[in-house]
Formats: sequence, structure tokens, C-alpha cells
Amino acid sequence: MRNLDGLYLAFSQIRSEKLKSFFAVIGVIIGVMFLIAVVSIIEGVNRYIEEDFSQAIFGINTLTLQRRPEISFESSPDSWREILRRPLLRFADAQAVREKLTVPATVAVSSGGQGRLLSDHGIEVENVRLTGASAEIFFIRNYRIATGRAFTAPEDRTGVPVVVLGFDAAQRLFGQLDPIGRIVKVNNIPFRVVGVLEKQGSLFGMSMDNLAVAPARSAMSRLVAPHGVVDNILIRTEQTADMDQARMDIEATMRTRHRLRPTQRNDFAIDTADETLAFWNRISRVLLIAFPMLVAIALVVGGIVIMNIMLVSVIERTREVGIRKALGARSRDIHLQVLVESALLSGLGAFIGVFIGSALAQIVRSVSPLPAAIAPVWMTVAVVMGLGVGILAGFYPASRAARLDPVVAMRQE
Amino acid sequence: MTPADGHAPVIRTANLTKDYRLGIETVHALRTVDLIVERNEYVAVMGPSGSGKSTLMNLIGCLDTPTAGEYWLAGERVSGLDDDALARIRNRYIGFVFQTFNLLPRATALHNVELPLIYGGLGSRERRRRAEEMMARVGLADRMDHRPSELSGGQRQRVAVARALVNAPSLLLADEPTGNLDSHTSAEIMALFGELHAQGQTIMIVTHERDIAAHAHRVVTLRDGIIETDVRQTVVQTAPA
Repeated sequence: MRNLDGLYLAFSQIRSEKLKSFFAVIGVIIGVMFLIAVVSIIEGVNRYIEEDFSQAIFGINTLTLQRRPEISFESSPDSWREILRRPLLRFADAQAVREKLTVPATVAVSSGGQGRLLSDHGIEVENVRLTGASAEIFFIRNYRIATGRAFTAPEDRTGVPVVVLGFDAAQRLFGQLDPIGRIVKVNNIPFRVVGVLEKQGSLFGMSMDNLAVAPARSAMSRLVAPHGVVDNILIRTEQTADMDQARMDIEATMRTRHRLRPTQRNDFAIDTADETLAFWNRISRVLLIAFPMLVAIALVVGGIVIMNIMLVSVIERTREVGIRKALGARSRDIHLQVLVESALLSGLGAFIGVFIGSALAQIVRSVSPLPAAIAPVWMTVAVVMGLGVGILAGFYPASRAARLDPVVAMRQE
Repeated sequence: MTPADGHAPVIRTANLTKDYRLGIETVHALRTVDLIVERNEYVAVMGPSGSGKSTLMNLIGCLDTPTAGEYWLAGERVSGLDDDALARIRNRYIGFVFQTFNLLPRATALHNVELPLIYGGLGSRERRRRAEEMMARVGLADRMDHRPSELSGGQRQRVAVARALVNAPSLLLADEPTGNLDSHTSAEIMALFGELHAQGQTIMIVTHERDIAAHAHRVVTLRDGIIETDVRQTVVQTAPA
């Protein structure tokens, strides 16, 4: 028997028993479907984190100096208490860091809070992200101006009450009107709008454009942080290669300022995009190992179902096997036929699973903020796994069929 | 492995013996059968049930292996071959026709006829051509795409005959070929056998019906696993249609 004939025989068998075949592979379909859906979402988030998220949060070549780390692996009450006891960062710290840096870099302070904007024609927008920052923030954060201008370093130094609105905030407050030069009250403190930022998009479904940026030393500072205190000090080096040196400079400066002895640990945190990436990579690695294991269990169950159906099918076809053998089929032809049928069945199931799983991932992407990227590698893996499950599941039924004695088998009704 | 001698008998057995164990008892189904069937013979094997004719048919058809003795099919020694070799022998040298037709119910008539060619390793185009030719020869050229359930008993048996002959076997081996047919259809099938014999086909029919055996040129009667009689006879002429 030629191999293609085996495939043909298997295919015609599956086609003639569509419903039974479907039920045989439903376990594999469901297993593969969830594998593809979840892996797509993990991969999507992965890509998103690497490409957009880390840049949006931390920016290129940017170190963030703050009182507590963005992401902490320690969660004991002791470590929390330690973090809460840490000294607050101040404007003076930013000044010191700027002076002590040995590599070319830009330094900015930034503090954040939430508040309510009220336009001069009575429109109110709630839950706006308020930022009080140095003029350098526009460069460090890659904020691009759509209309008007950013505030300047002198405005920052003297605390002029000017504000740059995010795209959404500007839209909601002023719609088609030109916001430049208009007065906006931020929590009842009036600011003059000097510019509007370009649209930045959303991050995990949260708009990045519903914000208002004002000089750190303006009245905004009262809304976002205690007097003289800043949330973050951002340092963007000119060269990526300088980041390590910058980190050492910052560490040395801050340890001196906080009068830490060599045995004491840092009472501040210096984060870069790498830290978030590392953190996310840990999560995604765990997910990518744990989830396929769950799927493997589903596939084992699916394989057992296929094995049972194939056994029933072989018993039902005892007579057919006898006839085939009488006509010249060798044991290995019968074996191959059952095996190919089982593998094809399971492979088709996996294929359907990949299809439904991808569709599911697409639906998740369109209705939720979770991004999804369908990885061709995983599709291949899924189909190969399906084929493998089919071959394993088909082995026992196949050898049962192959062992049948043609005389006895043909007597079967 | 081609037949050793082109003029060898189609069937030659020497001391062919088959024992079955039923629990502690041994049943001697066939005892030292010596049988020679020459090319283009038309032999009927008769005998009451339990006489060993089914056992003989299974051994001749290479579906079973003898306990003792030798068997040459078309000059090739087949006693002692393994299962795979026997499968190849069945495929190449023997065409089976069964009482219950034994067609694959879900396959079309044409596909049923193609089956031996599939296991013979023939390409699909050649396979189809030969199967179609054979369907035409048994007068079913217009029934190729029908499934067995859509055919009458006589037509099913014709499909089975087409399948048996598609590999041009040395021996057409029929086991009660008319057992499930009415007398009119039986006559049709026997006429077809007569025609095939006239064209040179070697035929062996296992039957318990005298009037079916009457079509053969030689009748071998078994009793208790031994050849009781082996008679050549003049054939009753089949009534011309």
C-alpha cells in the first residue's frame, strides 16, 4: 500500500463519520483552542510591554529615581514598613543629582496626582491625571506638542501658572474650540493653557491623553505633592552606554545625601525599563510554562477520548479489517491505516482548535484592553502536538486491529 | 518470488493437516489431504458441515496456516510463510468470492473493486482504469458509484467477482457464492463463473448444494477431514439465456 492511499482511506473514513469524528476530537479542540487563545494574549501583552509599555512608562535611556521601587518582589510587612520609613525626595535632591552626574544627561522632576479640570466656559472633566514637572519632562517623556507650545524652563523656575493639556482632556474641555490662551481651573486654581499634546493612545485600556502638565514649581505642586517634595526624579542620558555610570552617580549622590553607612541598603530605588521588562518576563515565563502544562492535561484527556473512539471504531470495523486482510492488506497496512486516521483526526481537531483559539484571541483583543498577537510558532506547536496525541492514542487501537485474524474477523457480524 | 514453474499446478497439497484445540480436546479438521488442481480446472468442494471444507478453503486461500503438510500455490511453496508474505500471496494469486459478499458497506462499488489493487501498490490512475474495466466486464458499468446497500444481491455478488478478478489471480476461490441469492440470480452468477472458466480461469467453489456443484468439472467430497471422493464429471449445460 502506498502512503498516500493510507491518507486517503483515513480521510474518507473521517468524512463518512463526521459527527463521531467531531466528538472524538472535541477534547483536543478545546485544549488547543485555549492554548492558542491564552498564548496569543500572553505573547500580545509581551510584545506590548516590550514595544510600547516600557517606553511609555519609563522612556528611552531613562532612569527613574523614586522613594520606592515601581515593582517589588518583596511583599513582607517588614519590607513595606522599611519603604514607608524612607525619606521623601525633594527638589534639592534633583539639583544635587544634576550637579553630580558625570555623564551628559537631562534631569527632570515629576509628581503626579488626580484632579478635576474646569474650563472657562463651564465644562468640567473629572479624574484627570495631573502632573507637576520640570520643562525637561517633555523631552524625557517624548511628549510631542500638537498645538501651542510646551512650558519653558524659566516658567518652571518661577512657577508661572501655565498648563499643557493631554489630547483627550483638551478635546473634552474645548471640543472644536482653540484651547490656547484659555483659562482652565485645576481643582479651582486657574492656569492658562499654552499647549496641547499629541495623542498618545491607551495603555491597558487607560487613556494616556487625559492629563494636564504644569510646571513643578507652579501652584500645581500643591495638588500633587507636599511642599518641596517630588515623586520622581527622571534622568535621561544621551547615550544608552552611559546608563550604568549614571546609575552609579545617582546612587553615590543619594547615599551621601541620606548619610547611609556602607552596610546599609539603599533607601531609594532606581528603576529603568529593564526592571519592568525583567519583572514581566518572569511572569510571562511562568505563564508560558504553566499554561501549556494545563493544556497538556487537556490533551491527555483528549487523547484518551480519541483512543476510546478509535477502539470502538476498530471493533465496529472488525469485519472490514478481515475483508481488507483477505484482499491482501498486511498487518502493517491496517496498523498504518488506523494510526493515520487517528493522527489525522487529532490533527484536524488541533487545526480547528487553532482556528477557534485565534478567533477567540481576536475577540478578546477587540472587546478588552488586552492585546493579542497570534504566534505562528505556537500554531505549529499546537498542530504538531495534535498529531502526536493522535499517533499515541491510535497506537493501541491500531495494533488491536492489525492483530485480527482475517478468518475470525470476517465471521463477525 | 515468481512461480517456480509456469506449468506447475495451481494447487498442490501434500499431507495437508489442520488441528484445532478446543479446550483439552484436539479437533482434527483436516487430515493428510493430498490435492492437485491443474490450471483452468473448475473444482467444487463438497461435504456436510464439519467435514473440513471451510478449513480446506481457508488453507487454500492462505487465510490460515496448516498444522502439518505442504502447500504449493501456482508453484510457490506457501506453507511456512509468515503473515505478511501470505497477505501478498492472497493479494496476487487468489480472488475471493464470499457467501455474504463481504463488500465494504461505506465504499462505492468501484472503490471495493479497487481495494486489492491498493494493497498491491498500484497507482491510482491505473487502479481506477482496471477497476472500471472489471466492473464493465461483470456488466455493472453503470453502477460504479453505487454503494453496496444500493445494489441487489446479484449485483453485489458481481461486484465481489469483479473485485476477486481485478488482480488477475491464479485462483478464483468461491465460498458458497450463491448461498445468499435466489435461484434466478444464482443461475446468473453460475453462468458468469462458467464464462470465466471458458476464458481460462481456474475456479474452486466450496458448496454444499449439489446443483451448484453440478456446474464444476470435478467434484471433491470431504468427510471427516479426508477426501472421500474425487470425481470428474461432464458438465450440465447452463441453459442459454
